[in-house]
Amino acid sequence: MLQITEGSHAVAEAVKLCRPQVVSAYPITPQTHIVERLAEMVADGDLNGEYICVESEFSALSSCVGASAAGSRVYSATTSQGLAFMAEVVFNAAGMRLPIVMTIANRALGAPLNIWNDQQDSIFLRDSGWMQIYGEDAQEAMDLHFIAYKLAERHDVLLPCFVCLDGFIVSHTFEPVDIPSQKEIDEFLPAFNPLHRLDAKNPMSFGMYATPDCYQEFRYEINAAMIRAKAAYREIAAEFKAKFGRDYTGLVEGYRLEDAETAIVAMGSICGTAKDAIDEMRDAGEKVGLLKIRSFRPFPSEEVRTALKGVKNIAVIEKNISIGSRMLGAVGLEVKDAVYKDSPNIFSYVGGLGGRDIRKRDIKQIVQWAKEGRNDCFFGLREELLK
Amino acid sequence: MPSVSEWYRADRMPHIFCTGCGNGTVLNCTLQAASDMGWEIDDTVFVSGIGCSSRASGYTAADSLHTTHGRALAFATGVKMAHPEFNVVVFTGDGDLSAIGGNHFIHACRRNIDMTVICMNNMIYGMTGGQGSPCTPRGAFSTTTPYGAQEPTFDLAELAVAAGANYVSRWTTYHVKQLTDSIKTGMETPGLSFIETMSQCPTSYGRKNKLRQPLDMIEYLRDHSILISKKRRLEAEGKVIPDTTFAVGEFVRRSRPVMGLKR
Ligand SMILES: Cc1ncc(C[n+]2csc(CCOP(=O)(O)OP(=O)(O)O)c2C)c(N)n1
Ligand code: SF4
Ligand SMILES: [Mg+2]
Repeated sequence: MLQITEGSHAVAEAVKLCRPQVVSAYPITPQTHIVERLAEMVADGDLNGEYICVESEFSALSSCVGASAAGSRVYSATTSQGLAFMAEVVFNAAGMRLPIVMTIANRALGAPLNIWNDQQDSIFLRDSGWMQIYGEDAQEAMDLHFIAYKLAERHDVLLPCFVCLDGFIVSHTFEPVDIPSQKEIDEFLPAFNPLHRLDAKNPMSFGMYATPDCYQEFRYEINAAMIRAKAAYREIAAEFKAKFGRDYTGLVEGYRLEDAETAIVAMGSICGTAKDAIDEMRDAGEKVGLLKIRSFRPFPSEEVRTALKGVKNIAVIEKNISIGSRMLGAVGLEVKDAVYKDSPNIFSYVGGLGGRDIRKRDIKQIVQWAKEGRNDCFFGLREELLK
Repeated sequence: MPSVSEWYRADRMPHIFCTGCGNGTVLNCTLQAASDMGWEIDDTVFVSGIGCSSRASGYTAADSLHTTHGRALAFATGVKMAHPEFNVVVFTGDGDLSAIGGNHFIHACRRNIDMTVICMNNMIYGMTGGQGSPCTPRGAFSTTTPYGAQEPTFDLAELAVAAGANYVSRWTTYHVKQLTDSIKTGMETPGLSFIETMSQCPTSYGRKNKLRQPLDMIEYLRDHSILISKKRRLEAEGKVIPDTTFAVGEFVRRSRPVMGLKR
């Protein structure tokens, strides 16, 4: 049954249904509504776990690492400055192969201070060994949590996972959401069965010193698991689709791409606006489509290439900037790498940073620029503010 | 010598504080003290972290560094060591100072760096909408403690004393005169001066704790404070002091070795 729910509360419901034994978080806008609701659920006994009111994000993820190593299913949520502060432990969690699931309510990074949406925060940790999947709306953001736990905990994966949703745009808006029952989720997501855990009867050490003659092999293994995660994701999403009817089986998802000459590539909530803009452009006879990237890590290169076969111009909307890189955006670089053998025109357009709205007309302008071959650049810049 | 109003940065008004918030009172007392000290605006730097309280630095006419959550003291340490001739004042909140920034707090006190640290303790994370902080009293309601906080709280003033600050006091937004004088004494004392101000946050704390009106909270602060001299006397007489009260007054004034003194 559909319920009108705030995005954050949909996420909190999803987390509750996944039955984490430990939730540990430090408040930060726009993640607060998620963790406040979880604190309430624990206090009310609706979620049978511990809620730790830690003193910082550093402690939040550190206590999750401890609890996960002790064999519990754990959860945290953060964004922006909080995620940046966690960075050391982010790498540790992946290196220790702990299947932690953490929601990122995407927000810009300071300075200057800004609380609004872009995707710089999760993207800057793209090399950490965490999987990163992006939900477009409340329903998808919710559902990806069920998939994320199952994926992260699979013994052939064992990697932590960010479930990303755009701060405010998804976290603070109300949408109709279909919330599964506990029984359904219990059937889909069995209890956590750790491959390794702290156990006095079978002592084990996590995070030990690795000398130069074995450190590299650890990194190799993490990367190998990340590659295996692609197939694992597809299997799990197919299982999810069979049970719940909602289709997230693609690591990427095309919209009106058949016969498209120009394609937008984007992640997160902007895909909704892009679809509307594309419908209007299609009505006006333009051959445009959208490729939505659902999984940024692992990055689905083959799928991107297949989906964009035959497209002449590709415009990547970047809610991040990889400062100093030639293409400006981190997503465009990966897309370009995926399609380089087919040699389409491909450009990164950086915009919507720090919460600046991206409207349908911006999307249309970007399509126009891509057709004209306008190079990688910012869109929506307020020239009058520049010296 | 600039007057109080000259210490304000008029182009940043109106400020973001809610009606009835205590932060404005504390800012006013601080700028009054700076003015009474005869400080020059150009020789003064205000440093803050993140939180409603930390926004105060941006409303002063002096240079200010608005930094990251919890780190104001570390940034301020850099400013002071680079320019010992500057008057460095730090605005911080209970969350900023004692939760995410707790480590910097004890080390700044231990080093006894010559600056004035003013904490607006409203017993809550005000800016993010009222989650429990390490200073949320036991039993008090917050969005993360819906049935009342259970964890023991920090006594920030005692912590600063234990960690080594040269001057430590605590007042409330009710005690405007004492607070202003105390900030001035702190500014005069070489070394780290820590002035804790119990302050009202009607929006994020008051609403949840049956103290909706700003005045209710100010009265609460007045009624629950007890002069430290009286508290010590009662303790010496073996009397029981209710643990809902907190001491106000001067906790310590001493002359441990100091870092970052004007050369
Ligand atoms: C690293 C990091 N974590 C979390 C936040 C979110 N945050 C902003 S202000 C704040 C709490 C502020 O509480 P306090 O210091 O007591 O100041 P108040 O607003 O109550 O004056 C939090 C958690 C942040 N900005 N940065
Ligand atoms: S939320 Fe509280 S601390 Fe922040 S400005 Fe409003 S009253 Fe002041
Ligand atoms: Mg506070």
